[in-house]
Amino acid sequence: MSERKIRILLAKPGLDGHDRGAKVLARAFRDAGFEVIYTGCHQTPEQIVGAALQEDVDMVGLSCLSGAHTYLFPAVTKLLKEQDAEDIIVVGGGIIPDFDMQAMYDAGLKAVFTPGATLDSICDWIRTNVQPRE
Amino acid sequence: MFTPEVLEQSKTMKSKWEDEVKKIVAKNADQKPKWTTVSDLEIKRLYGPDDIKDMDFARDIGYPGQYPFLRGNQATGYRGKYWTFRMFSGMGSAAETNQRWHYLLQSGQTGLSTAFDFPTLMGYDTDSPKARGECGKCGVAIDTIEDFQTLIKGIPLAKISTSMTINPPATILWAMYCASAQMAGIGLDEISGTIQNDMLKEFIAQKTLMCPPDPSVKLISDTVEFGTKYVPKWNTISISGYHIREAGATAVQELAFTLRDGMEYVEDVIKRKGLHVDQFAPRLSFFFNSHIDFFEEIAKLRAARRIWAKAMRERYNSQDQRSWWMRFHTQTAGCSLTAQQPYNNVIRTATEALAAVLGGTQSLHTNSLDEVLCLPSEHAVQIALRTQQIIAEELGVANTIDPLAGSYFVEALTNEMEEKAWDYIRKIDEMGGMVAAIERGFPQMEISDAAYTFQKQIDANEKIMIGVNKYCTDDKVEIPFLEIDETTERDQIARLQAVKNKRDSRHVAECLKEIKTACEKGENVMPYCIEAVKSLATVQEICDVYRDVYGEYRDPGIY
Repeated sequence: MSERKIRILLAKPGLDGHDRGAKVLARAFRDAGFEVIYTGCHQTPEQIVGAALQEDVDMVGLSCLSGAHTYLFPAVTKLLKEQDAEDIIVVGGGIIPDFDMQAMYDAGLKAVFTPGATLDSICDWIRTNVQPRE
Repeated sequence: MFTPEVLEQSKTMKSKWEDEVKKIVAKNADQKPKWTTVSDLEIKRLYGPDDIKDMDFARDIGYPGQYPFLRGNQATGYRGKYWTFRMFSGMGSAAETNQRWHYLLQSGQTGLSTAFDFPTLMGYDTDSPKARGECGKCGVAIDTIEDFQTLIKGIPLAKISTSMTINPPATILWAMYCASAQMAGIGLDEISGTIQNDMLKEFIAQKTLMCPPDPSVKLISDTVEFGTKYVPKWNTISISGYHIREAGATAVQELAFTLRDGMEYVEDVIKRKGLHVDQFAPRLSFFFNSHIDFFEEIAKLRAARRIWAKAMRERYNSQDQRSWWMRFHTQTAGCSLTAQQPYNNVIRTATEALAAVLGGTQSLHTNSLDEVLCLPSEHAVQIALRTQQIIAEELGVANTIDPLAGSYFVEALTNEMEEKAWDYIRKIDEMGGMVAAIERGFPQMEISDAAYTFQKQIDANEKIMIGVNKYCTDDKVEIPFLEIDETTERDQIARLQAVKNKRDSRHVAECLKEIKTACEKGENVMPYCIEAVKSLATVQEICDVYRDVYGEYRDPGIY
């Protein structure tokens, strides 16, 4: 039985337009053999969750460099929970200060990738921790 | 440039040198096979007379204050006036930012530069659901002219120039500045400053987006026309490469796309407004990045001056030398700084600032060491400002104009960058111009390619960033972290509500209607914006008119 590819939604929640990291990751994920949907900038949590469900993804990656992650990331995980989609793995990255990390994990994120994380290490983490959903 | 005798001597000596190199390298290989700039331009082991022998002294190098201005626009250089020490600044509420601004002025900065928060940058009010969690985090929150008045409290508008980094809502924030000046009894012909107001680079890189390209360019032409008529000391566009570079572009791409954006604006103003190029070109300004590769940046800035002068005189038939001058602000590269071992960033910023000065910048912002993590703390911003002051007063580099002119290496690199930039400019011309190129995704894809390549090089240790992939340590350096907490948003929403409660909503509605009509008729929106902001219309209320008339543009997510 061949497994289907891991499907990833890469999203930029909120008003932050710094998309260099998200775009580099989109390429890396594609080259790593994942299926990637990149939302582009300026997505609301509702739009992100809508896209995640519509595209039937296994993982949502959130990128935020504006400092608004404290509101936006938990907003996404909360909506996924309400939609009974807690099995979609949510990870984050961007500018996330150390003292916000615990709140991110408490909100349901499984990983936050900090500056210095190599592309390979992120892809490896995904291969280890993300399975195609039933 | 050199006599045949000198070239002959050089040839002989070079041959001897090459033999010596071969002998040594046979026993001790170089540390790495290829030596490039951070942008992957290959650099030779040595440059000499033969690398610049085809240059024509008068045509290509010349003197400062003379076409093509390679060595600078002004005959007197920094002896007449140092570059403006202009620190990009904004945080939390207008009151907090005003306090920081006065601190910076007291510390010796000589020009102001405004950082707005994301809701303001994107044309939303603080009470918009889209603004939740964003208030004041990346800059100052401005919803109405009352906030603006708090921001500029105690600032002598007739004496100091202010830059505002604002793009889709530029007409509105500029209207607030103009209205505030008028309300203080200061004439529009007395105020000086800059609005960034460069939408082409938003579609390419910075992504503060609102309306599609054509109406965005129309609004920019409105500001150029208004400034030309009524605000003569104002730079109505800061044609920017900084963000293009931060998005991952190479130095050549930054140079080419920025200058080609400038050409697109020039052509639009001429076509749409019927102005002669010399009526407005003297007030076009530019904004470049100063990245970590020292000589590449100096060469880039020198090439920029020469390319623009040629474009203005030859492509647009400009007759006024003030139109030929490229005047630019520079910011040291945020993307070159690291979260790891943040004190290293002080050195990076210092060398980048020095490159900008050796490149002849008119104005400079130096990043703080904590730039990667948060808004600058007072202590960090002081170091950044002192960096400029030390360069100006202690290093001796301001003693003489364009000190690197005549260097075999720097002149050769300047030539190479100019040539490669023109290749890109021609390519974009063939596509039908920059708007057409953007619609095809051309500059965006070039940048994506370059950004991905760079990240892979870092991951593979082909390029080094100290603290990231070499000389790493496990110890976490604790630095003071400037936090903007949730009370900022709550208080700002309360302030906004108070303004909405007290204003004459009928008058506001009338003013918004006038803006709408002006947009529909293709009239210049500026006078109507000034009236509207005086009536206490909010940033979002006016932007919603633009969205309504022109439509909203959605980031296509090209990668």
